[in-house]
Amino acid sequence: MAEIAKIIQEKVETYGRERKALIPILQGIVAEKNYVENQDMVSIAKALDLSAADVYGTASFYSFIENEEKGEFVIRVCKSITCEMKGKHKVLKALEDELRIKLGETTHNKKFSLVETNCLGLCDVGPAMLVNEEPYTHLTPEKIHDVISVYRNK
Amino acid sequence: MSNNKLKRADILFSSYSVAPYEILKRTMQKDKDFVINELTESGLRGRGGAGFPTGLKWKFFAQEENETKYIICNADEGEPGTFKDRKLLVEVPRKVISGMAIAAWACNAKNGIIYLRAEYNNLIPELKKEIEVFNEYAKKFNLEFNVEIYSGAGAYICGEETALIESMEGKRGEPRNKPPFPIQNGYLGKPTLVNNVETFAACSMVCRYGAAEYKSYGTSDQHGSKLFSLSGDSPKEGVHELELGMKVSDFVEEYGDGDTKAVQIGGVAGFCIPRKEFDTTIIGEGNTTGGATMIFNSTRSMYNVIHNYLDFFAEESCGQCTPCRIGTQQLLKGIEAVKSGEKPESYLDDLVKLSKTMKLTSKCGLGQSVTNSFSSIVKNFREEMIY
Ligand SMILES: Cc1cc2nc3c(=O)[nH]c(=O)nc-3n(C[C@H](O)[C@H](O)[C@H](O)COP(=O)(O)O)c2cc1C
Ligand code: SF4
Repeated sequence: MAEIAKIIQEKVETYGRERKALIPILQGIVAEKNYVENQDMVSIAKALDLSAADVYGTASFYSFIENEEKGEFVIRVCKSITCEMKGKHKVLKALEDELRIKLGETTHNKKFSLVETNCLGLCDVGPAMLVNEEPYTHLTPEKIHDVISVYRNK
Repeated sequence: MSNNKLKRADILFSSYSVAPYEILKRTMQKDKDFVINELTESGLRGRGGAGFPTGLKWKFFAQEENETKYIICNADEGEPGTFKDRKLLVEVPRKVISGMAIAAWACNAKNGIIYLRAEYNNLIPELKKEIEVFNEYAKKFNLEFNVEIYSGAGAYICGEETALIESMEGKRGEPRNKPPFPIQNGYLGKPTLVNNVETFAACSMVCRYGAAEYKSYGTSDQHGSKLFSLSGDSPKEGVHELELGMKVSDFVEEYGDGDTKAVQIGGVAGFCIPRKEFDTTIIGEGNTTGGATMIFNSTRSMYNVIHNYLDFFAEESCGQCTPCRIGTQQLLKGIEAVKSGEKPESYLDDLVKLSKTMKLTSKCGLGQSVTNSFSSIVKNFREEMIY
């Protein structure tokens, strides 16, 4: 809670106690703990003098602002047509096998979440995915183990 | 009119060290009206998809008198199949920033923002360094222009300029009614110029070469060079800079894999051109100029293609207006029902009609453009929709 209050404080100092501070605050909280809890939204609402419903309505609009607990590393696999043509399904299957979870789930140790996303702008080097902000391209099922291992040991 | 062959250009990605800021310096020695006029003369149109004449936009923006004016570089690039803006920001960021700075100088604006999609957050550290380099030059040239990066939060619709502004104001990214246009009433109610990444880079190049030379590229309708993000069944995927005005057949000959069945032009919001129309379709004429080009060969199911697009539209519709929110879902369910035999083949015609209604009644370009790819695929690949 103390961290959240600090993030709100910092962003308000940069952006003012105004609505335009809202998304930077939400992004700051996601950077800290990967998702924004309802309780956090109430705190933000108070700080910016908005209704909590308004904060929730805005937060839920954006796919990078998670409202449910996510893993430390969020894996976003591109589901656009060209990545699909190049073998996204096999890559996804390899990820599910490697992490022992299904698409949309988070591992028990809260380390990884696996989701699909729309075009990552890496169509010429697909299939592609992001692990948090880091892009991975030209993926094959064989490459998945090595990529995940790096994060397992972090 | 077609120029009958494929002509490569090497303007936007030509290498440099400090040249873009030399262009800025030289431009700043000229008359502001002259520079804006040159842009109009060059025939440059916005590269973000809508194709609005850039010189005219700058002229209107310059006429707005206000202490606070914003210049926004639209780097939201969310259209599936598009990746040219990322490449520009990685390889020639100074051309983009100098284009923004020329706009700032010519139109008397002091605040610049690069609206970068969340998926490109890994580019931020390098871009910040580039902004620092720019700041050094701006100080030298006595130009007061502050550039910041605003990171998006993941929503395709925020590429639409008014949705982009709403989201920067801390709201849901829902497009506004136009007018008023951002030029008059944009970010925080202030005059705001929104241009695409490629448009700014092209402006810098127009200032370098002059309108007459820039105009000599392309055809009488489509001037200059244009970046094409090419992906799909092609041995030459990547970003290609070409003069405008080539036929789809020229494009396929150069970039196809010998077995091309269809080419999607202008991203999923554009048209899908079947083989029989390759010879008669000119890229950029009557189809959108966004630049995303996807090639499909004969092993691909066009049902899967349109299903994938509709999935995208249904998910990314902001939900503000009913035709788009419900229409995208109904089209998706509709093609599934025809495929499974639950609905008769003639149901496809009803779906095409629905997509045309969406074009007439939706508020923004997302809902309005679904019919482009939908009608062209359903019409040209009807058997694939059924069997
Ligand atoms: C649904 C939708 C998505 C859009 N996405 C983008 C985008 O990602 N990048 C962009 O530059 N323009 C995008 N546009 C166009 C912008 O609204 C605007 O026209 C453009 O940024 C203006 O710049 P330009 O004149 O340089 O093209 C989009 C439009 C719509 C309707
Ligand atoms: S057309 Fe679709 S995306 Fe555009 S405003 Fe309406 S619901 Fe939103």
